[in-house]
Amino acid sequence: MLRNSLYLVILAAFAVITFALVRNWQPAESLSPIAEHYATNGPAEVGAANLVTAVVVTYRGFDTLGEVTILFVTAAIIGFFLSLFHTESPEESSWLAPTSEICSTASKLLIPFMLVLGAYVFINGHLTPGGGFQGGAIIASAFVLMLLANPKSKLNHRIIALVESVSGVAFVFIGLLGIFLAGGFLDNRIINLGTFGMLISAGVIPLLYVFIGLKVGSELTNIIGHLQQTQKNR
Amino acid sequence: MHWFSLEYLALNLGILLILIGLWGIITRKNILRIIISFSLFDTGTHIVIVSIGYIRNRTAPILDTLALQQDTASKIVDPLPQALVLTAIVIGLGVTALLLVYALKLHETKKTLDIHRFNDLKW
Repeated sequence: MLRNSLYLVILAAFAVITFALVRNWQPAESLSPIAEHYATNGPAEVGAANLVTAVVVTYRGFDTLGEVTILFVTAAIIGFFLSLFHTESPEESSWLAPTSEICSTASKLLIPFMLVLGAYVFINGHLTPGGGFQGGAIIASAFVLMLLANPKSKLNHRIIALVESVSGVAFVFIGLLGIFLAGGFLDNRIINLGTFGMLISAGVIPLLYVFIGLKVGSELTNIIGHLQQTQKNR
Repeated sequence: MHWFSLEYLALNLGILLILIGLWGIITRKNILRIIISFSLFDTGTHIVIVSIGYIRNRTAPILDTLALQQDTASKIVDPLPQALVLTAIVIGLGVTALLLVYALKLHETKKTLDIHRFNDLKW
């Protein structure tokens, strides 16, 4: 009883705090000064039709580098954590329920298309909604479908680690090139900005997003693979 | 009724989700449900942040037509909260994955997911 009333007090206090925030809130009528700068100068400075991409990859590219680092650290901790305590080998006494015919047949048809869709989403990240993280998640979901269809199949962790580290190093390397060839770290004007709105435009943003997409896709696949290896068979 | 316009509705819905998530985090006993509540809390904050950047009668900050490329600043919503939420979603995903793996390990050590059974630090 005391505990329940304590819960209520905590929730009520939080509700009061947020109500005080909401009560006097007025929806914005115009853009904030920094957003106005992005809107007016963004197309000329960055050349990306998708302004969110311009903000994510160039104006706040350092944030994205930190974000990719956090994902990398998460994948590394999960891999370390799962392999540290994992003693029994999955081969012993392994019996898994057979996958349904629909799942295994559909996966053969769908996986190539999912990989292509993921690549499309991250290559077009500067033109349409989407980008490296979304495309990487789509690619990882293709591998999830593959593991669902064939639970015994093994992911090659060496290739995943290779793709991940190469794309991570390439991302930082392109960012460093920006210091020497353009305005600063992660500046996208190393190469010509190109025609606004075309596929090859916005400097190195498509290239950066390809590397981010590969890195995110391989990291998420790595997490799924580690989780699959430790699952109990009975 | 301005309380039912999109920006207020989204803001209040996000805060409601945050409160539901908080309620779940402090009252549920199953660790998996606590993690789901955490995800609700996370989603609520994302909705709140995006709704703050929303401006009525404007469109997404993707300049794919010529009409949008002229006088852009008066036609698009704020791109900055959307970029921040993109970052927040990815980090929320990483944290959720870590929580799930931790729950897996906790279940391996005590064969239960009841949070009250994990009282090793209690005295």
